[in-house]
Amino acid sequence: MIAAGCDIGSLTSKAVILDGRKIVSQAVIGSTFRPEESAREVMAAALGPAGLSFDDIGGCVGTGYGRERIPFVGKTVSEIACHAKGAALLMPSVRTVIDVGGQDCKAIRLDAGGRVVKFFTNDKCAAGTGRFLEVMAKLLGISLSDLGKLSLQAKNPLSLASTCTVWAQAEVIHHLNDGKTKADIASAINQAMAGRVSILARSVGIEKDVCMTGGVAKNAGVVEALGKCLDVNIRRLRCDPQIIGALGAAVFAGEMMKGVQS
Amino acid sequence: MITAGCDVGSLSAKAVILDSGSIVSSHVIFARPEPEDSAREVMGAALEKAGLRLEDIECCVGTGYGRNHVPFAQSVQSEIACHGRGAQWLLPGVRMVIDIGGQDAKAIKLDESGNVVRYAYNDKCASGTGRFLEVMAGALGLRIEDMGDISSRAKEPVTISNQCVVFAETEIISLINEGRHQPDIIAGLHRAMAHRVASLAKGIEIDRELTMTGGVAKNRGMFQALEEALGVKIMEIGDADPQIIGALGAALIAWKNRDSEKP
Repeated sequence: MIAAGCDIGSLTSKAVILDGRKIVSQAVIGSTFRPEESAREVMAAALGPAGLSFDDIGGCVGTGYGRERIPFVGKTVSEIACHAKGAALLMPSVRTVIDVGGQDCKAIRLDAGGRVVKFFTNDKCAAGTGRFLEVMAKLLGISLSDLGKLSLQAKNPLSLASTCTVWAQAEVIHHLNDGKTKADIASAINQAMAGRVSILARSVGIEKDVCMTGGVAKNAGVVEALGKCLDVNIRRLRCDPQIIGALGAAVFAGEMMKGVQS
Repeated sequence: MITAGCDVGSLSAKAVILDSGSIVSSHVIFARPEPEDSAREVMGAALEKAGLRLEDIECCVGTGYGRNHVPFAQSVQSEIACHGRGAQWLLPGVRMVIDIGGQDAKAIKLDESGNVVRYAYNDKCASGTGRFLEVMAGALGLRIEDMGDISSRAKEPVTISNQCVVFAETEIISLINEGRHQPDIIAGLHRAMAHRVASLAKGIEIDRELTMTGGVAKNRGMFQALEEALGVKIMEIGDADPQIIGALGAALIAWKNRDSEKP
């Protein structure tokens, strides 16, 4: 029984193909301006390597920013519920999910059944979202994926006084002009990011186990800094943290299919 | 008696020279990387206009972000106090001043003597400060000083849904790509910015005897948008440059201080 989940985000689109509880295939692509197009493209990218076609999918659930415009889904579910569902599938002991996406940040608390108890979202301010890191990586002239590794090499970690992305940018420029190393600056950036995310995470009430999802969870510097900030061990998930929303959507699709069968 | 005020801001530096309470000259420059350099340069230019030398100044007060780096100032005063004093001197009835600078925004309430009663201040978030307009002018490929004139041709101002400068910049780029007219986009930006500043002012309760100072007050589109957002007719400060009000207040405080020291 093949189920699929499709997560159309602001910056990336993700698809997961699930056979029962097993991930058969997954794909991540950059989002285009048209969610319909992104959805078709990412789903084809996931189906292809698995040797499957659209007709093999028994059910598909859509999520993410562009979920209402995915042409082939039977149902849509909020990103919050999908991230919780996906994380709980991989780590049944998880009680707090911190999802940091390209343009927002969510802190979600779950009960033992993987259901959402409480959540907080920030999508109003770029600080504490992936956009903050994107702006800073560009300023340092490095790729977003190098920001995490680089910060772990810091010898004299710096700090940033501003929360606002715009003001922090000015601070980073100042550090660069001051001849500070990119590693030391990257450490300040990840630290600032973690500080901002931790406020949201604390407001939802941290309960163990804690995991992080979304593209920013790939940044080891942020994960480490956030763990220290919250004084908790942030546990790794057994797959790409960026696909957890799509994975959760696929789990919902599987449940939906079972419901139809029974 | 010659007194002076020197306001070293984040983006510009301003100097005002007074002769016993009358403006002799004033000057505005773009800020240099070092505040000391900004202070010397702007004061030098103001002195030259007045045909005076630094030694002729009996007392100088420094204000603004770089106020502790004005080498020739005898004392310093907060920008809040200086904007309040400067505005009250030009408009004796004024009870509230909204000052939008390059990197901050302030709402100041005054008593009848121009003393600060209460104020609200934002320098934490770039939204609602001059930087917001600066970034947007960059995204539109315009000079910031042209935004006011262009916005006056707006027919259907757009609604900007993001408050954050970073997110609003992306929104502007998609509006440009959608083919929305520049005047409509700029008018929408002015409304968004005015809304943000108005909420700061509303936090300390609006007084209808209100004026606007700082560089952003030169933008007519912004001036009108703020009037709409506040629901108040903003008092014009006449011929004076709204950007020099802080330096003017500093010079007035220098004059008052010097005067009270005399036997």
